[in-house]
Amino acid sequence: MFIARRIVGTLPSLLGVVVVTFLLSHALPGDPAAYFAGPAANADSIASVRASLGLDRPLPVQFLHYVVDLLHGDLGNSLTTGQPVLVDLAQRLPASLELSAFAIIFAVGVAVPLGVWSATKVNGPIDHASRVLVTVSAAFPTFFVGLLLVYVFYYLLDWAPEPVGRLNEINYSPPPTITGAYTVDALLARDWSVFRAALTQLTLPAISLGLFAMAPLARITRAAMLEALGSDFVRTARANGLPTTKIVFTYAFRNALLPITSVLGMVFSFLMGSNVLIEQVFGWQGVGAYAVSAVLASDYAAVQGFVLMMAILYVLLNLAVDIAATMIDPRVRFES
Amino acid sequence: MSFATLASNTRYAFGENRLTLIAAAMLAVMAICAVLGPILAPYDPLMTNAAVKLTPPNAAHWFGTDALGRDILSRVIVAARLDLGMAISAVALSFVVGLALGAAAGYFGGWTDAVVGRVMDTIMAFPLFVLAMGIVAALGNSVLNIIIATMIINLPFYCRFARAEVNVRRELGYVEAARMGGNTALQALVNHIIPNILPPMMVQASLNMGWAILNAAGLSFIGLGVRPPTPEWGIMVSEGASYIISGEWWAFMFPGAALVAAVFSFNMLGDGLRDLLDPRKRV
Amino acid sequence: MTAQLVVDSLSLNFRTRHGTVQALDDVSLTLGKGEIVGVVGESGSGKSVTAYAVMGLLDDTADITNGHINMGGAEILNATPDALNALRGREMAMIFQSPRTALNPIRRVGHQIEDVLREHANIPARELRREAIAALARVRIPDPERRAKAYPFELSGGMCQRVMIAMALACSPAVLIADEPTTGLGVTTQAVIMDLIRDMSRSGDMSTLLITHDLGLAGEYCDRIAVMHAGHVVEAGPTEAILTRSAHPYTRQLLAATPTPETRMDDLIAIPGSLPDLRRPLPVCRFSARCERRQPICDEPPLAWAQCGPDHVVRCRFPL
Repeated sequence: MFIARRIVGTLPSLLGVVVVTFLLSHALPGDPAAYFAGPAANADSIASVRASLGLDRPLPVQFLHYVVDLLHGDLGNSLTTGQPVLVDLAQRLPASLELSAFAIIFAVGVAVPLGVWSATKVNGPIDHASRVLVTVSAAFPTFFVGLLLVYVFYYLLDWAPEPVGRLNEINYSPPPTITGAYTVDALLARDWSVFRAALTQLTLPAISLGLFAMAPLARITRAAMLEALGSDFVRTARANGLPTTKIVFTYAFRNALLPITSVLGMVFSFLMGSNVLIEQVFGWQGVGAYAVSAVLASDYAAVQGFVLMMAILYVLLNLAVDIAATMIDPRVRFES
Repeated sequence: MSFATLASNTRYAFGENRLTLIAAAMLAVMAICAVLGPILAPYDPLMTNAAVKLTPPNAAHWFGTDALGRDILSRVIVAARLDLGMAISAVALSFVVGLALGAAAGYFGGWTDAVVGRVMDTIMAFPLFVLAMGIVAALGNSVLNIIIATMIINLPFYCRFARAEVNVRRELGYVEAARMGGNTALQALVNHIIPNILPPMMVQASLNMGWAILNAAGLSFIGLGVRPPTPEWGIMVSEGASYIISGEWWAFMFPGAALVAAVFSFNMLGDGLRDLLDPRKRV
Repeated sequence: MTAQLVVDSLSLNFRTRHGTVQALDDVSLTLGKGEIVGVVGESGSGKSVTAYAVMGLLDDTADITNGHINMGGAEILNATPDALNALRGREMAMIFQSPRTALNPIRRVGHQIEDVLREHANIPARELRREAIAALARVRIPDPERRAKAYPFELSGGMCQRVMIAMALACSPAVLIADEPTTGLGVTTQAVIMDLIRDMSRSGDMSTLLITHDLGLAGEYCDRIAVMHAGHVVEAGPTEAILTRSAHPYTRQLLAATPTPETRMDDLIAIPGSLPDLRRPLPVCRFSARCERRQPICDEPPLAWAQCGPDHVVRCRFPL
């Protein structure tokens, strides 16, 4: 019931997102029809685009058509690929999701333990080192980190494979599609060499993407743990002689999860934006790279479709984080 | 705050943290580059010279040359003006507009608060860099639109902060005194509350500058806004990226390092300013 | 009577950013088996610090410069963390003020009690839940089986305090330290909680150290009272002696400032001055600045010690 209320609560955001995306593409300075027709258009094609897209109608009518089209999954057609934008995006989305998933696993897997350790051994060597690392890494642009890693690990050390995207298609072919994630699909098909190849291609981009998220996560984990460890209820637990591991994990850490989940929204926002940059650096065939070439080619329907899809995904992600937070903190459920 | 507290906080902010001093020094260097760029540059940043293309750092070219034989040091120095300028303009605009909207929302409440809140929530419903891409795509590929896009995505940050700070101060004694002394609501807001929230907002602005620089650089890295041959750090990194796999590292490394230096300095400055106001807020 | 807890000449400082705080100086207390001893004083007198020192809960900023603490034969001050953890919850336990914040806000109270039992009691895992419910029943919480599934925010302040008492007493410790257990609770609840503590104390032959700023409360429930001021124990003795034949000027003033059913608010006399700044160099008798009976000799070390009755000591050169 409470979850249902939270789901309903996202509707205003979804509506806002649709309105803004609509305005961005239909309230363009100049003639929207010209933009949608593309740089290679002439007067006739512009006129026919204007008619077919209904761009001569009043704005509210256009909006209605826009929403109806959306509900049918019609995001228009891409100028550059000629395909429906929805199809383009659906083809490329698994690549971006796989990359982001690994990046998050890396970021959380390093940042959270680091934060917990720093808090339990405050001002120790690990604490100081991780605080320096966090402060410094927060200043690095994601694309620069990606390029640096390529230079060091591919060119200098020859540890990483050539940054040509998800798979070196000369030597390997993609596994049969079940989930769309090459690593998972390769595992399911028991193709170990493709699995290893896909995994090694993933390593550098996932680390570059995850590094930027590490800074806020490590920082908030440390702060939240310090606050929890200094709280009254941890003092009571100590007074009752509970063992340190129990105090750190069951008492302090679970309470620290609350501020950590509140930061996740911002972290996901960074991740989705940085995804675009990393896909550029590593030639990753995901939606980010698609969007960049679309923007440069003035492929308006494609850009609009991308922005809308990312926004909807983001709203859903925030919903998931919200629901997770209520699982952790029973107090939220009782707020009337 | 009393002078004594300010003095002791300054000692803490700058004394205990040598990084803050280093950051301030780096920022000063970059400001000089931004203002005096073309004068300081040893070469014309736009002058190509195919004969010396992609030479590594040497005595003649401290940072080496790029694929068109242009001196990278000169380009990095001159680019400071554009990079810092874009970020500062965007932040300044966000600051002013965000302050106005947030203060109004926090002070008058009701409809104003609801509308402003709804607009800010809608902006925040997007992953911000993606929204910036969409805005630049819609408005057109130019430096001005990069600034506008960066301004828009930074707006909620300032707006929410101003709203919260004004809300806290709205009920305080000196505001009531001002109202009773005959000030209108607007006068009380502008003459009494806003001057008081400017210091914490300045801290937020310096903490936010780094992020604004990263956003603008990210947009130009993927090819938006700035076009060749304009020297700008983001686009220089993009231009240099293709040569990494053949080992010519200087083309992307130096402009990238300049970005890191700029963002780091602003972050440290922001931390230092925050310590100046209230060291207890350290995380 | 055998002493269950002995604090012997405990002196300790805190290192802070604003200087060294001389929190305790030559503090001595004894707690006999089955006794309820009250430690009374203003905020900042050092009574909670003493309690935390006994439990070994002080952090690194505390420097213990002198003294011993002996709990049922075990030395506290240089005990290993493992030894301390073995004692805490099993041999000695503590309850705190603000019970709702003193409990884990996102963990059911039954589970919190089970955590203590799991650590200290030798019972099999499947019995833990039943034992926890039994512990809740012992502190007279109605419908304990349902309450065990509750979160602290669903319970009243008084209930939360009972839960804390249940946790503390789950393994029948020999010593209970109660740090302002009723502060912030309603008057009726205060009486109920204190009656509960007294009953559990008597029935379990448990020694209780009651920390409070309320001399009236201590007078009603304690067998003996120690009065603290600015890190010193200024007077200690049987309750009746303290209340009717107090020997220290500070105790007299405390009594004069404590409301009773007979006094009116106008009759109460506030104690002049305030606690000395513990970061500054301090005189030998830390009460001298507020004392109308001071003489030059009061500033000469060492701090006085006089016996003014069986088991009744006072630290004053001119006891009343």
